[in-house]
Order: sequence, then structure tokens, then C-alpha cells
Amino acid sequence: MRLRERLSKLAGMKLLRGTKLSGELERLQDQLERLRAEPTAEEIWTSVELARHQDRPYTLDYVARILDDFFELHGDRGRADDPAFVTGLGSLDGRTVVLVGHQKGRDLKERTKRNFGMAYPEGYRKAMRAMSLADRHGFPLIAMIDTPGAYPGVAAEQHGQGGAIARSQAAMARLSVPTIACVIGEGGSGGAVAVAVADRVLMQEHAIYSVISPEGCAAILWRDAGEARKAAAAFKPDAAHCLELGVIDAIVAEPEGGAHTDADAAALLLEQGILKALEEIDTLDPTERRRQRRAKYRLMGVLASV
Amino acid sequence: MDVEVESKRPDDPAQGKAHPNTCPGCGSHYRDDELAQNLRVCPHCGHHFRVGARDRIEQLADPGSFVEEDAELRSADPLAFFDLRPYTERLAEAEVATGLGDAIVCGAAAIEGEGCRLAVMDFAFMGGSMGSVVGEKFARACESAAAAAVPLVSVSASGGARMQEGILALMQLPKTVCAIEELHEAGGALLSVLTHPTTGGVLASYASLGDVVLAEPGALMSFAGPRVVAQTTREKLPDDFGLAESNYRFGHLDAIVARAELRPTLARLLRLFGKS
Repeated sequence: MRLRERLSKLAGMKLLRGTKLSGELERLQDQLERLRAEPTAEEIWTSVELARHQDRPYTLDYVARILDDFFELHGDRGRADDPAFVTGLGSLDGRTVVLVGHQKGRDLKERTKRNFGMAYPEGYRKAMRAMSLADRHGFPLIAMIDTPGAYPGVAAEQHGQGGAIARSQAAMARLSVPTIACVIGEGGSGGAVAVAVADRVLMQEHAIYSVISPEGCAAILWRDAGEARKAAAAFKPDAAHCLELGVIDAIVAEPEGGAHTDADAAALLLEQGILKALEEIDTLDPTERRRQRRAKYRLMGVLASV
Repeated sequence: MDVEVESKRPDDPAQGKAHPNTCPGCGSHYRDDELAQNLRVCPHCGHHFRVGARDRIEQLADPGSFVEEDAELRSADPLAFFDLRPYTERLAEAEVATGLGDAIVCGAAAIEGEGCRLAVMDFAFMGGSMGSVVGEKFARACESAAAAAVPLVSVSASGGARMQEGILALMQLPKTVCAIEELHEAGGALLSVLTHPTTGGVLASYASLGDVVLAEPGALMSFAGPRVVAQTTREKLPDDFGLAESNYRFGHLDAIVARAELRPTLARLLRLFGKS
């Protein structure tokens, strides 16, 4: 409903002021048309399952299809190299970009190595290192989000998990270069938003983005992790609701049946989404772009008053 | 990032069941006025009991100096959230129980004559969880501090993001982080005091971003709570897991400050930041 409100406001302003907002208007109109009826509890759960599907393309699967000449950067320059998080340089449509993203593993061995995509603070510090590199050289930043959450472990806490997530968001809020975040699977809580503070946040059709996992929410509020379906239906982590609530900027379509059915087609759609988003923000003055980015987050939330 | 109330001493059977004025550290029992007189610190063993937002402000601010801001803000229910009970019912109940509009109280104040803005959380309001109102009030406190050219003093006590507001609760992390960036660009300072417990989304956003970060003794400050960590990893947790003392040792805190020293310590820092 917020999207529709924004749209009608913009339409009204357009009549008054003419041409300047028509780009924004078209973008919203386009997104609104994609929104069918509100997703049902069943459809939400289908997205939860597809977002976690074992064959779903992961960050490096998209990197291989979208970026040319990818050169991976390792290590946080302080302590370790976190395999749950990848960073690197690559060429997107002929232009150098910096890529940061969570990485899950495909088989048991790789899953263990990648820690199921759950990063330590070292992973977020590696991301911050890549972000400052991007800013120094004027390379756009592309972030891919696919994590159940930041790793909840003793060493992770000792190394400052909370502080690392906070500082990673602050680093993204400071960047002068264009930034695009893509939720490509599980956008799990703080570990996800740590690298999702961007000018444009895209979300694949069957990705999820949430404050807590359905199981975690069910365990706390229903006192039964088995009630995950009910929890998911209640907190609505699907892309359509995220767009409606103003949390993301656009939904990227997936091939029929989900991204795992055709990784090449999914990558092509994602690349088109990224290029379109980049075009929207590329020509903005860097200070203005950063101002708009912060203003976007400043407005998030729904309030009442007495 | 869960908002469940977790004990920092999971093996202590007395915690949670005992009378609220019985010290979980040593078992001593106090009357309300005895505890209040000692800033709700156990005179026998030094255990720091929880302090509500109003009491905290009274402990820190010069008498009569506090002027509340944005008191009218209340949570909406954007998802029409219903678990075993409706979110609106939980909100109403929390307001009746605490007398607060949400889990944070903000306003202008002076500490030993030094002007500042205060943003003080209250754990008693739905576990100090951060939803749209907490995020909005904190962001406004940043803006108010910048406009008045005074530092912002934040006192946090939170179980994390408020699940009942779903993804919008998570978005309060970047919202508060962006507000701090703007405050810093305006030349403002943030002094962050972490009290028991400061976990999940609040630790992973504004509480960690103070120019100076302080904590009370024994305060739990972990991203994931001890029970979640124990269940997920099956590791044996160290006795001081996630506590201020451990965080200090690992370099995540500037100082651990006993409650009686908090007001003079903040005043000292406010004077130092005021001399730029």
C-alpha cells in the first residue's frame, strides 16, 4: 500500500512540476504491475523453500555468468580469510566493479568450508576492505546477499560480530560510488543487512529477506520451531511484501519454477536488473547519491502517534 | 537476532524465578527503597540490577533538566502481526506495565551542567526490542543533538530487533546507522553506554558505533545470545561469554564503568567533547 501511495503522490507531483520525476514514476509503475495479488501463506512458504533450495545458484555461480575476468580478493588484512564471504574485482559490461557477497557451499565438504554462508566478523571486515577499495578507485559496488545469518559462535562473538555488522553498514552508508545490493537467496537478519545498505536493493522473486529465520521466530513466539510456516506467514519475508513495505527497490524475475531450474537464465535476468539499477544511479552527483541513500533508510518504518 | 530474554547466567536456577529484588549474585534481598538508594546495585556483591528508562534518566541527568522529545510516537502494526496473541495487544500491555510509549525515551538533558541529548532504552518494554518507533526516536535524537550542537548519550538495553515488525524492524539497523553518520558529519559525538543486556540488532547497529563505548559491569553484550550459540555450535561457552569483561579484553569496549561512576564519567567525556 505504501508503494501505491508513493505512486499516486508522484503522479500528482508530475502534473504540477512536469518532467523531472517521470523516470521514477515509470520505475514504480513497472514494479506495481509486477505485483499480483498479495502472496498467500502457501506462496510465502514456497519462496522460503526456493530461497534455500540446494540447487539454487549462489554468489559465485552468478559471478561466473555476470562478471568477466573475476579476480578474488582474500583476507581481512587483520586476522583471517573468511570463506563464507567472497570479495573481488571483475568486469561488468566492460566496466570494473567490486563484488562482495556471502557464499554457500554446494556439497557437504564445501558447505562446511563455507560455514553454510554464515560469516564471521572477519568476513564483514573483508567486505569493508573491498568497499574502501571500491571507493578509492571509483568502482561501483555490487553486493550479493545469501546467508541464513551471521555465525553465532563463541569465537565470532569474541572477534566482535555485532560491531563488525554495525561498522559494515556504516561503511556502506559512507560510500561515494554507486552501490547495488541483490538478495539472491536467504537475506537472514543482521548478517544480511550488514552488506545491504545500498542505493538500489534488488531482490529475486523467490528470495527471502527477514529479521529472523522462520524457525527462530517460531521457537520464540510459538515456543515450537515446527510452527515455522505460521511464523513465515506472519512476518512475510517474501519479495512482494518487501517491495510493498519500501524495504527493497525492485524485484528481479526468476525463470519459471525458480532460479535453480535455469541458472543461465536467472543470471541474465539478474544482470539486466543490476545494469538497469546502475543506470538509474550512475549519473547522480556522488554527494547527492549518498544523501539519497541515507534519506531512503531514514524513512523506513511505520509509525503511529497518540 | 532474537528478542528472547536470555539470562547471562543460564545455569543459575534462581534467575527468572526469584523475587525481582533478590540479588542473583549473592542472594541478598532488598526493599525497593534500599535498592533505589544504591542506584539499584547490590551493596553486598556489586551486582547491577536492571534500571528502567525513567530511573536511569533520574540517575544521570541534573535534577529538572530533562525535557522529553517525541513522546507521542507509538508503534503501528504494519504486518497485522499475530502469533499466539496480536502485536497490538502486546503493545498495549507493555504500555500499561511500563508507563512508556515504546522501548526508548529520548530528550534534552544536562549532566553536571553539560548539555546533551539522552536516548535511553527500557528492557521492560517488550524486552527492549527495536521496532520502527525505537529506530525513529533514536534517529530524531541524533538530529536533535546535531541541531543543538551537543553530544548524544545513548544507554541501551535490548534483546534485539522486534520480530513483530518483521523486515521493517531489521531496517531500523541501517536507519540508526545512517542517522549516526549524519550526526558525525555535522560534527556531533555519540557516547554509547551498554547495559545488561544489549544484544542482537541494537548491538549490531547504533550501540556499537559510539565515539566512546562504555558498559556496565556484568552486562551481556553479544550479537547472538548464549543459548542460541550453545545450541547452534554445541560448544561449551566460557563463563564470561559475551559479558562486558570479556568484550573489554577482546578490545570492543573503551571502559567498564560501575553505575555510581557513570554520571561523573559521562560528564567528563561531555566536557572533553565540548572543547573541540
